[in-house]
Amino acid sequence: MLYRESGDFKTSYAKDQQTFPIAFDRAGYFATLAFAVLVVPFLINDYWANAVILPFLIYAIAAIGLNILTGFCGQVSLGSGGFMAVGAYAAYKLMTSFPDMSMIFVILLSGGVTALVGILFGLPSLRIKGFYLAVATLAAQFFLVWLFNKVPWFYNYSATGMINAPERSVFGQAITGAEASPVTSYLFCLGFAFILAWVARNLTRGVNGRKWMAIRDMDIAAEIIGVNPLKTKLTAFAISSFYVGVAGALLFTVYLGSVEVGEAFGVGKSFLILFMIIIGGLGSIFGSFAGAAFMVLLPVLLKNIMVGQFGWATDLAAHFEFIIVGGLIIVFLILEPHGIAQLWRITKEKLRLWPFPH
Amino acid sequence: MKLTKIAVVALATTLAAGPVLADLVFPGLHYRTGAYGPNGIPYADGYVDYFALLNERDGGIGGVMTSVPECETAYNTEKGVECYESTKGMGALVYQPLSTGITYQLIPKATADDIPILSMGYGRTSAANGKVFSHIFNFPGNYWTGASAVVNHILDLNNGDIKGKKIALVYHNSAYGKEPIRTLEVLAEKHGFELTKLAVDHPGQEQKSQWLQIRRERPDYVTMWGWGVMNQVALQEAANIRFPMENFIGVWWSGSEQDVLPAGEAAHGYKALALHNTGSDYPLYADLKKYLYDTGKASGEHAGTVLYSRGLYAGMLAAEAARTAQKISGRKDITSGDMRDGLEALEITEERMAEIGLPNFGPSFKVSCENHGGPMISAVQQWDANAKKWSLITDFTGADMEVIDALIQEDSAAYAAENNIAERCN
Repeated sequence: MLYRESGDFKTSYAKDQQTFPIAFDRAGYFATLAFAVLVVPFLINDYWANAVILPFLIYAIAAIGLNILTGFCGQVSLGSGGFMAVGAYAAYKLMTSFPDMSMIFVILLSGGVTALVGILFGLPSLRIKGFYLAVATLAAQFFLVWLFNKVPWFYNYSATGMINAPERSVFGQAITGAEASPVTSYLFCLGFAFILAWVARNLTRGVNGRKWMAIRDMDIAAEIIGVNPLKTKLTAFAISSFYVGVAGALLFTVYLGSVEVGEAFGVGKSFLILFMIIIGGLGSIFGSFAGAAFMVLLPVLLKNIMVGQFGWATDLAAHFEFIIVGGLIIVFLILEPHGIAQLWRITKEKLRLWPFPH
Repeated sequence: MKLTKIAVVALATTLAAGPVLADLVFPGLHYRTGAYGPNGIPYADGYVDYFALLNERDGGIGGVMTSVPECETAYNTEKGVECYESTKGMGALVYQPLSTGITYQLIPKATADDIPILSMGYGRTSAANGKVFSHIFNFPGNYWTGASAVVNHILDLNNGDIKGKKIALVYHNSAYGKEPIRTLEVLAEKHGFELTKLAVDHPGQEQKSQWLQIRRERPDYVTMWGWGVMNQVALQEAANIRFPMENFIGVWWSGSEQDVLPAGEAAHGYKALALHNTGSDYPLYADLKKYLYDTGKASGEHAGTVLYSRGLYAGMLAAEAARTAQKISGRKDITSGDMRDGLEALEITEERMAEIGLPNFGPSFKVSCENHGGPMISAVQQWDANAKKWSLITDFTGADMEVIDALIQEDSAAYAAENNIAERCN
């Protein structure tokens, strides 16, 4: 009844090409945004910000990044953890070398550095495909973690090899360090997540996105119709790494505050982000958010229910958490191999026909 | 969609139904799962049991009941953050995260929230300098004194001359394992021994190449900064290459029953540092048995082991600090700020230890505004695989403070400069 195109007349090309062609979708999108910007900042406290919302937003950015590479361009990568580490260490070096630099530029420049590293490790993708590329990116993962462990310059010769984010601010508000209020760090991450998601959405709808998808679907055919595989694959690697680098920089500076490369950016992180986009939906921006929510929020939620509500022992709850999350991943992959984004698409199709399905 | 709705409601109610307790809250950021679980469990049990005993026997501390809300960190910093945020609203008095990574994470946060951290024998070594780290305590020992204690023990074995000897350090490739390196390097220069550093990556099950290198290079001594399954694997690998166990010395986190038992007979003679005594021959265990084990309130499964003893000791230090804080502030229901003052004024005497039921268990010491590191002394204990028992083979002795004080000053000054901290206690 409510959810359909009929009656919503498009009178210009711009309107015809908008991201949300259905009025109800648009309203929902603006309502979510308004809620995130106008309501959440007044409700948020330390726990919600640091344990739930910040990791969700940051992992969503990383998932969008990997989705550009894997979901849109078809290049499997297991190096996301390593690229996040590049972002984090770039942010650390920038913060300590240029104490007066605004955090916005620190984060963006860290993304830029990661993009360069991403291009470097993307070069083999021209020759190798599929599983072999996955193994090559895995090498990047291990190499980068080893590098940040090995070369003391990256951690300013500290005794432990840990990096700590000093206090930095934007417009007079502390963003990093212990004094940062949950509201400012939330809005800072939300701003990045929103703008990056918006850019990604429009990139993937434009000529670049079409080239990526052409390469993904059949690279030889794409080359024949005039898509340059070198340029296309490398732009995908660069932009994807930029996103992942920004996520790594935010993870270190705003969320954790101090990081140890082997633990925070190990191969487990690469798999976590890969799972996010597989469960959320390959080739979907919404799917990146949904996947990040699934992998970040569900364990916290389960813990709160089992320990907080039922009063179970913490180790029992932790084991159950593994079982439930693992089980749900299998259930999801069997029932809906295209991820949560596909479920959402099916729901929307059904809604358009409702209440007269025939 | 329905699921998320239920979820949000459940989550909201969970959070709303949080802190209405009027207890003294000692959050337990423990881990009983994962690769570090084998070592995390006995410690957690000891910590929980000590406070349970105070509640059952004395009705809490100074008449106020205690509670230890546990939170599973799995030795993971992200979960550690979640645990810290979820427990600090309950009126948390002191955090003991039993993880160097999480401690580093919490140092600025807890300082800003006015909650003290007691990182007993782990964490950031330079936190011993109370002039810079107002809320962080790491008595009674730290990694750098540990490194020096290992070298001192080797010096003792060689009549004070270890020039040209080779010492290998097998360490967990993390902040924890890297802490002693700088001290060992300085000591290597001072005493003229040769240091080989062998990193083992998390979780530590893969150590073949490191031990192959040890077999090839034949160092005179091997010291280890290991934790969790890494310890068990290292002991087994050392046994496999027939490395003489009496020349293999672990730090105090690499010397518990869980670490040596899997290697069986082969682990006989392995040495490790000790922050405190061990075993169940203390009057306190009679009370634990009477009030907890026999009534089924605790299993006592790990009673008497090294890490259980460490959990008890950590609980005892926190409880004594809370008692001191009650005395100073004149309040029964102390705040985390009072607790900080209590930790800073803490004095552990022989008489007090005997009263508690742990005579000769640990060193007596006094904390001050400048010195948050305590006495910084440790002993060496040795494993007897036949009796399945650890026993101390040296007295509690000091470290090479000349070297360590300089390092502590240097590192804490760097932290103070980085974070614009003015020195206290002047």
